[in-house]
Amino acid sequence: MSNKQLFGAGVRDGMPVCLGYIAVGFSIGIAAKSVGLNAFQGFLLSFLNNASAGEYAGLTVMAAAGTYLEIALMTLVANARYLLMSCALSQRVSPDMKFCHRLLISYGITDELFGLGIARPGFIEPIYMYGAFSVALTGWSFGTMFGVLAGSVLSARLVSALSVALFGMFIAIIIPPAKRDRVVLLCVIVSFAASLAAASLPLISEISEGTRTIILTVVISAGAAVLFPVKKSACEGSDI
Amino acid sequence: MRNIYVYIFIMGLVSYVIRVLPMTLIRRPIKNQFILSFLYYVPYVTLAVMTFPAITEATQSPVAGMAALILGIAASWFGASLFQVSVLCCAVVFVLELFL
Repeated sequence: MSNKQLFGAGVRDGMPVCLGYIAVGFSIGIAAKSVGLNAFQGFLLSFLNNASAGEYAGLTVMAAAGTYLEIALMTLVANARYLLMSCALSQRVSPDMKFCHRLLISYGITDELFGLGIARPGFIEPIYMYGAFSVALTGWSFGTMFGVLAGSVLSARLVSALSVALFGMFIAIIIPPAKRDRVVLLCVIVSFAASLAAASLPLISEISEGTRTIILTVVISAGAAVLFPVKKSACEGSDI
Repeated sequence: MRNIYVYIFIMGLVSYVIRVLPMTLIRRPIKNQFILSFLYYVPYVTLAVMTFPAITEATQSPVAGMAALILGIAASWFGASLFQVSVLCCAVVFVLELFL
């Protein structure tokens, strides 16, 4: 395939991802607006991060005026899964590929785009990836910008309804694996209970929401990793 | 409040470093089982922790948020897609807040 065809194939496969990203980006934008970001800051947030959960997590830290260290740790924890995906992708890179492609491909490793790349047979084709990035990531950044703008004109009731779209997406990500894997189900139940307890108990609830999320994530995931080690060959990546 | 741009750039830097390190430096597979298992569970736990009870605080009425959570989980359990679950959650809140 010529480079032009490869790029075109990436654009074609990236289109459905783009539509989803506009919608989810939109709800991130609404959250960003409620924290006080303007449209350009919302755009920049999505342009630089390309991560729904990570961006939302960061916004909770901003909302609580958390420290810079806190937001760095929060981003690290919420985006830790990309480490696995990047690792899996690196196993599929041709030894001849230019180093600059490694730097560029890394920018767009999201759940969906990783999925597109890994689904192609053979070595990763950088030009194909750039085709997919060009539509999907543009949709993501502009979707977020539109969300911020819409947050200023829509009624409070509509914003209230739209703000749960993001949580709906989180639910749709965690429930199917929880149905398949009892340990994941247990993790989700323990996480809900621990999160509710941490938000309501005296003393603990005074810690900021971001820090509570970091602590709970590390403690519960480490506990699960010790009690129920995953028997998987190295670097396969998780399924989300 | 601290500077929003500094917040955003720190986030962007961390997000990029997480993705670029394995692609450039760590070219060998991760073999440590604890690290692999930990990274496997992290996304589910962090998303679950961020969803509840936050969903009940994001809506004007906590009851509407709670209903969206329960119905969203049920729909997802019975096979609804990501998009369908999101739309359902929004619709539940929109309709319930007409009455609550």
